[in-house]
Amino acid sequence: MAIAADPHAGFQDYADPAKLVTTQWLADNLGADGLVVVESDEDVLLYETGHIPGAVKVDWHTDLNDPVMRDYLDGAGFARLLGEKGIRRDDTVVIYGDRSNWWAAYALWVFELFGHPDVRLLDGGRAAWIAEGRELATAAAERGESDYPVVERDDSTLRAFKDDVLAHLGGPLVDVRSPQEYSGERTTAPDYPDEGALRAGHIPTAVNIPWSKAVADDGRFLDRAALETLYLRENGLDASSPAIAYCRIGERSSHTWFAMRYLLGMTDVRNYDGSWTEWGSAVRVPIVQGSQPGEVPGR
Amino acid sequence: MTALPAALAEIREDFLALSTKDRLQLLLEFSQELPALPERYRDDPDRLERVDECQSPVFIVLELDEGVVRMHADAPEEAPTTRGFASILAQGLDGLPLEAALAVPDDYPQTIGLAEAVSPLRVRGMTAMLARAKRQLREYA
Repeated sequence: MAIAADPHAGFQDYADPAKLVTTQWLADNLGADGLVVVESDEDVLLYETGHIPGAVKVDWHTDLNDPVMRDYLDGAGFARLLGEKGIRRDDTVVIYGDRSNWWAAYALWVFELFGHPDVRLLDGGRAAWIAEGRELATAAAERGESDYPVVERDDSTLRAFKDDVLAHLGGPLVDVRSPQEYSGERTTAPDYPDEGALRAGHIPTAVNIPWSKAVADDGRFLDRAALETLYLRENGLDASSPAIAYCRIGERSSHTWFAMRYLLGMTDVRNYDGSWTEWGSAVRVPIVQGSQPGEVPGR
Repeated sequence: MTALPAALAEIREDFLALSTKDRLQLLLEFSQELPALPERYRDDPDRLERVDECQSPVFIVLELDEGVVRMHADAPEEAPTTRGFASILAQGLDGLPLEAALAVPDDYPQTIGLAEAVSPLRVRGMTAMLARAKRQLREYA
């Protein structure tokens, strides 16, 4: 039973206004039957220091990834995880997290690989909730277990693999990393650990739109007009063409994927989660260095 | 092989005795125990070394006080995992003779059961922090 969307006026211009909720809406709806709040952070301990009352924690490393293979959970694993968290298939899930919802958007994208019908983001994330002095709880929420069905992951519509990107070269491709990573000055985000890529630069023809340009200083998404200016006008993307976004491991690009897919309404956007840690170490894939997108190499 | 200093051995035993979930709670307690930086470093941040391998800004400084190691660290409240790592190392290294601190195995962070609790990738930040701490100490040797 999906819960009615947040009618917040500022969301109504977005292609899908129901994908975001405000802190006020969430505060008003906390505890409603059919609503589950999920916190997903980069820092694995932040939830324990205090979280939105009733929220359960999903960690991208320890919960969403397969522990052996570089991949996500399978259908049975996802059913087990959501069952343990007490989330039902027909629950409305609102996800929030640190760092302007990087990891929250990543978790949302994984939930959507399994087709969870109603997943939304808390606009502004954890920082907005805290900045407004709203209530926090420290004890882990106990929701009991639920019976979540086994649904196989669909990698064909929202997820791109390396070969998909190779076939897509020349089509709309967005590199959401920092300008230094894009140009090839470095392989890791400034201030971030090296997760291992042997070569630096970007995928040929990708435009560079750092993920953080999609949000204001307070971590909330820009309005529709500003997003259209950024993605469509300044960087020449076409809202009706299939597009792929990538970063380093697929987390920052989940954030951009969310903005392109649901706020701008681009119907065919995929996230390349292999991203630079795969591309920058793969043998014989083309790489461009410098600040220009570059050309599709001759085939 | 030299024996692990008592404080670090005890920290390891404490972590390994717990379930994965409780290890997170213990790490949280460590993060809350990280002492504030001494005044002299707060006024002179250039004397601190940044640990670039950690995802959040964390700074460490190692001193030798009459032959005894002192470790100070600073990391933001919003980065409790990183604070916890720094706190474990500070409690484990503080008060050791220089030789004993330098003999701490480089892979100590990987042996205390945190890989399962917080992921191997995150533990890398703590391994890097220990390496940088020992490198600072080598300058006193």
